[in-house]
Amino acid sequence: MNLKQNKQTDLKTAISTYVKPGCHLSIGGFTINRNPMAAVYEIIRQKIKGLHLYAHSNGQGVDELIGGHCIASLEIAYAGSGKFASTCIRFKKAVQEKQILVEDYSNYQMTLRFLAGAMGIPFLPTRSSLGSDIIRQWGFSSEMRKATPGLPDDKLKVMDNPFKDWCDTQKVVVVPAINPDVTLIHVQQADLRGNCRIQGLTFADVEQAKAAKHLIITCEEICEDDVLKTDSDRNQIPFIHADAVIHIPFGAYPTACYRYYDYDPRYLKDYAAMANNDKAHGDYLETFIHGLDDHQGLLELVGQERLKTIQADPETGYASNLDRR
Amino acid sequence: MDYTLKEMMTIIAAREIRNDDIVFCGTGISMLAAMAAKNINAPESVIFFETGALDSRLEELPLAVGDSRVMYKTSANGGLLDSFAAMQNPVTGRHVIGILGAAQIDKFGNLNSTVIGDYHSPEIRFSGSGGGCDVASFVPRSIIFMQHEKRKFVNRLDYLTSPGYIDGKGGRKKAGLPDGGPIMVITNLAVMRFDETTKEMYLSGVYPGITPERVLMNMEIEVDISRVKEEIPPSEKELRLLREKCDHQRLIL
Repeated sequence: MNLKQNKQTDLKTAISTYVKPGCHLSIGGFTINRNPMAAVYEIIRQKIKGLHLYAHSNGQGVDELIGGHCIASLEIAYAGSGKFASTCIRFKKAVQEKQILVEDYSNYQMTLRFLAGAMGIPFLPTRSSLGSDIIRQWGFSSEMRKATPGLPDDKLKVMDNPFKDWCDTQKVVVVPAINPDVTLIHVQQADLRGNCRIQGLTFADVEQAKAAKHLIITCEEICEDDVLKTDSDRNQIPFIHADAVIHIPFGAYPTACYRYYDYDPRYLKDYAAMANNDKAHGDYLETFIHGLDDHQGLLELVGQERLKTIQADPETGYASNLDRR
Repeated sequence: MDYTLKEMMTIIAAREIRNDDIVFCGTGISMLAAMAAKNINAPESVIFFETGALDSRLEELPLAVGDSRVMYKTSANGGLLDSFAAMQNPVTGRHVIGILGAAQIDKFGNLNSTVIGDYHSPEIRFSGSGGGCDVASFVPRSIIFMQHEKRKFVNRLDYLTSPGYIDGKGGRKKAGLPDGGPIMVITNLAVMRFDETTKEMYLSGVYPGITPERVLMNMEIEVDISRVKEEIPPSEKELRLLREKCDHQRLIL
């Protein structure tokens, strides 16, 4: 957080200032929607390594960070990109080859963990996962947890309802708070101070933003001071949480941004094919990330014509009749 | 009238959905089944997604539960906290029917969507729970889609991601879960349901041309076949509405 009046900066500076090797990171969005892809690609481009990533179901962004060799450990509920990859491909490979450590939770549990972090409390309870291996199997060993600063000693705990049978509940699972060093989100509109307006589903972006020590916001549109304040009922994240604001049109590309553009089915399909083969994936990293200066470079490589096909229909908020086969 | 297996499976699930159901959908065929119910037999049922979209108007088939297509003409566009709270809260949660899939299932309807092999050195890693474990924990009824293969219907799961009846009757209560569990498993060969007393899976229906013996050959677990009947194929009307209203772009069918 900071209270500066103008937090607008460029992405290279924001990433190098806040995303340090080995830091604890979380990214917003869900599977193939509103992932902060420009920021993800910039982290890969800057070769920032050893990151500890917190995710619920941030498909494409998670897979690219893993494939870009930035991730050492991951706490996650779901690694998939819908029909394009029912299990994220580089994630699958990295886990099977033991290149990354994984701790599994459910989506609700990860969301509650961000909310607990945002609230400043050590944990929150739920009834989800009682009787399952999410409780019994720990991806991070006790030794690793004790030896790693920034991780709680336990994955989670099952406890008796401290209010006896209140609400017909005998037991709860308590999950520990997350306070990422940095959260990255991509939103439709933000102003110079970092007030944010998200359109469509917010996923867990608001909780992730408020739980973080530092928040980096990329946005489709950057607004002058009073624009978002005149209709502030529609804003979800106030500026006090924000550290950096960067104006990047198509900043979620190739994932979707409701009311602006759809996901790019061709990019996601081509990515899945390349990610399946180490050599092709190496070429992908070179051509689509390291060989380019910035996100604008990617948009130019893909070309205006293709971007036009995913432009959102003003009525539906997505690209109606887009060829998605 | 000709129909495909996928159409048969979708329609069988749709017939199970009622007008007072709030339907939790995952990706793929589960979404199609919810759309089919809404367009055919349960027009008042409500489609909802873990991402926070409630009562979406699905003009086109979403390819993921985070697809912008789930955000169109909803009652509210919230977030993950909203959707999971609506399932955990018994006032609304008791009306929710979940539609799930998995890599493995056991005879008590517990599901694995995490790993094949040892959790710490898996032969195959899958996506993980997502909202699956949450739904299976909270809601009173769920429908499960599976491919009917020996390695998928197993005596012992490699990892229990989403609880069904755990170890049989009373298993959920012992674990501390609300009442609930799967009501049926729909596969490419047959339909399984769960015995009222034992909570064990039994064969309740086979598709035309499929014998119970063939079903048994494709599962490691042994199930009772004495109650089996032949499933009724989709009618002309069901097929027409499914093809025209639910997946006219042929993304799944």
